[in-house]
Amino acid sequence: MISMEKLCVKTGAFCLDNISFSIPTGAYAVLMGRTGSGKTTILECLIGLRKVSSGKILINDADVTMLNPALRGVGYVPQDGALFSQMSVRDHLAFALLIRRASKKIIKDRVDELASLLGITHLLDRTPPGLSGGEAQRVALGRALSFRPKVLCLDEPLSALDRETREQMCELLHHMRQQTKVTTLHVTHNPEEAETLADCVYRIEGGQVLEVKQIQ
Amino acid sequence: MTDDASPIRRTNTNVAESEKSKPLPVGNVVLSNRVFYLCMAIIGGTYVFLIVAMLLADTWYVAEKTIDAASDSAEPWKAMLSENPISIALSDSKIRYSIWLSLISCTLSAVLSVIVAVPIGYLLSRHDFPGKRLLDAILDIPIVLPPLVVGLSLLILFQFRPFAFIARDVVYQIPAVILAQFSVACAFAVRTMKSTFDHIDPRCEQVAIALGSSRSQAFGWVVLPEATHGLLTAFTLAWARSLGEFGPLLIFAGATRMKTEVLSTTVFLEMNVGDIEAAVAVSLIMVFGAVTVLVITRIWGTREALL
Repeated sequence: MISMEKLCVKTGAFCLDNISFSIPTGAYAVLMGRTGSGKTTILECLIGLRKVSSGKILINDADVTMLNPALRGVGYVPQDGALFSQMSVRDHLAFALLIRRASKKIIKDRVDELASLLGITHLLDRTPPGLSGGEAQRVALGRALSFRPKVLCLDEPLSALDRETREQMCELLHHMRQQTKVTTLHVTHNPEEAETLADCVYRIEGGQVLEVKQIQ
Repeated sequence: MTDDASPIRRTNTNVAESEKSKPLPVGNVVLSNRVFYLCMAIIGGTYVFLIVAMLLADTWYVAEKTIDAASDSAEPWKAMLSENPISIALSDSKIRYSIWLSLISCTLSAVLSVIVAVPIGYLLSRHDFPGKRLLDAILDIPIVLPPLVVGLSLLILFQFRPFAFIARDVVYQIPAVILAQFSVACAFAVRTMKSTFDHIDPRCEQVAIALGSSRSQAFGWVVLPEATHGLLTAFTLAWARSLGEFGPLLIFAGATRMKTEVLSTTVFLEMNVGDIEAAVAVSLIMVFGAVTVLVITRIWGTREALL
């Protein structure tokens, strides 16, 4: 479960004040809003990349507001994928496990499992410069899921893709969600994505987060 | 009369309006573009010509002397090989010593420069902290300061403790050569590394941290591999800068033959004794060394990019 309680964030002239909402465990939440409304800021606060002025962020009832981002256990897929240009796809999937000093066998099994889940087995030895937009996003998703995070954060992951690839990725995200049951916060401005994927939809408007679709 | 005049007036007004609404011509764009690129090429080409002409003049001077030596000798081919200014310079043990010292000191100062430039460039590029602008300005001082002043300042610094304790082993000794070269070369390496880190997307590092990396792991596994080209450029720049360093060396390390003599000092000493042939020969050796390092790092960099 993700909870934000009376969260305040100030960045220069931009300010988000008194943001409160919660996402139940295992739910796929979509946060919508216009460009510049602060949806990415909320996501970055959850990951730990942005300092919070006041308020609390809870993940599975543990207060992570001041916790180092490396210790939060949040998988992060940025808008452009932000792949590591010098690493192969295999190394991307193994990265978080190598950091956690997992054994070679565990790493190999997990890499094979993720590659098969995301349909990127044939790309394992390639490097990011040769990948298409859709392939790069699959790798970024695999990298974020590799260490079985408590929470997955997706920052407009489909915005740079063409319609056909976006539909394929939507199906993949739906499939991934059923397989992993990870609590997900997906930020987008596209209502179709919300319609297709979301259990619950939140809209950020005038500095307030409103719940527009409740979990069934 | 009025009735007759009004259609004419209307026609005149219409003509004026159609003249107004007519799109204005933009002039001869094609000719203007050609003149623009011609001016650019002439101005840029003048400088390129100056560089190439300087190197050709050195080469021609040495070639002329080689031909002179060959025509005066009974065995022209042998003389061409053994009595050309470069061979004569290379057979001199003092010059051989200065070549070795140059190679070693330039490599050491370039390695030291990169080691120091990486953390400074990274901190300046990624973090805002009090005094950042002041630090940025301080790092430019070795670039803007006259080289002789750098040498003199080092010399004076080593009169004060704690530097004074090791002054006997440093000043006018080989460490002074490396320190003098490093003091200036490092500033160039810092500029290169800062610009390299500025161009690396911080998002990659943030993803690595979210995946569980510590700052040092994210730096070592993600940022540094992305900065390979910048590291090579910083090394080459620092190496070439060290090779050309002269002013600080003369003041801080002296120009003692077979001790603190590097190639730039050799050119100065040979010119002082009026041996222009040797000075030009050593200059060509320096050109060869600098170009070799440049080519090796460029080829290495390109191969890394291709892999």
